Amino acid sequence: MRIFKIVLLALSLVTTSVMADEYVIDKKGMHASIQFRIIHLGYSWLWGRFNDFDGEFTYDKNNPNASKIDVTINTKSIDSNHAERDKHLRGEEFLDVEQFPKSTFVSSSFTMKADGSGELKGDFTLRGITKPITIYVSYIGEGDDPWGGYRVGFEGTTRIALADYGILKDLGPASKELDLFLSIEGVRK
Amino acid sequence: MKITNSKQGYGIVSILLHWLMAILIVGLFVLGVYMVDLDYYSKWYNAAPWWHKSVGMMVFALLVFRLIWAFSNHHPVPLESYKSWEIKAAKVTHYSFYILLLIISISGYLISTAKGAAIELFNWVDVPAIVSFSKQQADIAGEVHEVAAYVMAFLFLLHVCATFKHHFFDKDITLIRILKPVKPKEISK
Repeated sequence: MRIFKIVLLALSLVTTSVMADEYVIDKKGMHASIQFRIIHLGYSWLWGRFNDFDGEFTYDKNNPNASKIDVTINTKSIDSNHAERDKHLRGEEFLDVEQFPKSTFVSSSFTMKADGSGELKGDFTLRGITKPITIYVSYIGEGDDPWGGYRVGFEGTTRIALADYGILKDLGPASKELDLFLSIEGVRK
Repeated sequence: MKITNSKQGYGIVSILLHWLMAILIVGLFVLGVYMVDLDYYSKWYNAAPWWHKSVGMMVFALLVFRLIWAFSNHHPVPLESYKSWEIKAAKVTHYSFYILLLIISISGYLISTAKGAAIELFNWVDVPAIVSFSKQQADIAGEVHEVAAYVMAFLFLLHVCATFKHHFFDKDITLIRILKPVKPKEISK
């Protein structure tokens, strides 16, 4: 009987990890955004975003630490609401989008606390350079949507240094790092 | 003083247009090459493009007037001493200048207005954006602007060399004709 229980428990563990739900970032309905902000001269925050990206993740509320995410950003889609600046940002001194049209994040581990906050570690690739980063995540909510689907959403933020990814243009001493903000809603497959 | 062109030479309007635009265009080229490599902390970082855009649009207005003027006016006849290849080369160069200037003006405008923002014409009026044809508009227009400007700079050198050739080697009145309106008897020299 005891052995039976153990087998059952093991089986349930296996099935939960196998059964983790797969989600697609809701790009169609654009209930997702990848934004950044960087200090301008030390006086204000300049915000911008990537308009085109794609991603999938797995998430199981009974075993959130098994979650995995994979995001690809189209670097050409950078948008700071200023044609000339965006042209610079696409250029060689910044994102060099001709040579590096994609930026990616692939998670390696996730730890979520009971309050819904968590740390998502993984490899971030920008301008062809890959570095490990930690994204500080908070769980927003999940449930049925009114159209027959099931959704879950998170928010995450991290800070990266421009020089780490080969962006060496001098924007001033206050502007050596930028914050990334990811807001994602996944629709269960 | 003759205002319009005659068969013998240029009128004062054509002469002034030629020299005013020559000065402005050389200035724009030099400024353009200089400003694209400015440091973010340079005093000229914002001012140089501002002048470039305002003067550029002024040149475009002058160009439109010049084309109307040129095509509704006599074109001075080639000197008898010109060889037929010189006449052909001059014609090609002449039309190329007009076409390149149109391309450079329009492509320059398309860079700054790519995302719908207007361009300031000095502190006088905002010239609105009209077309937004592609997400790559600023990049494509930028390439065209740069390449066309360098082709024009090459033509400019050719043009100057040809002037010297006519003035110092052929010793004809080619240069004199664009410096001041000529009297009919001078043409026979």
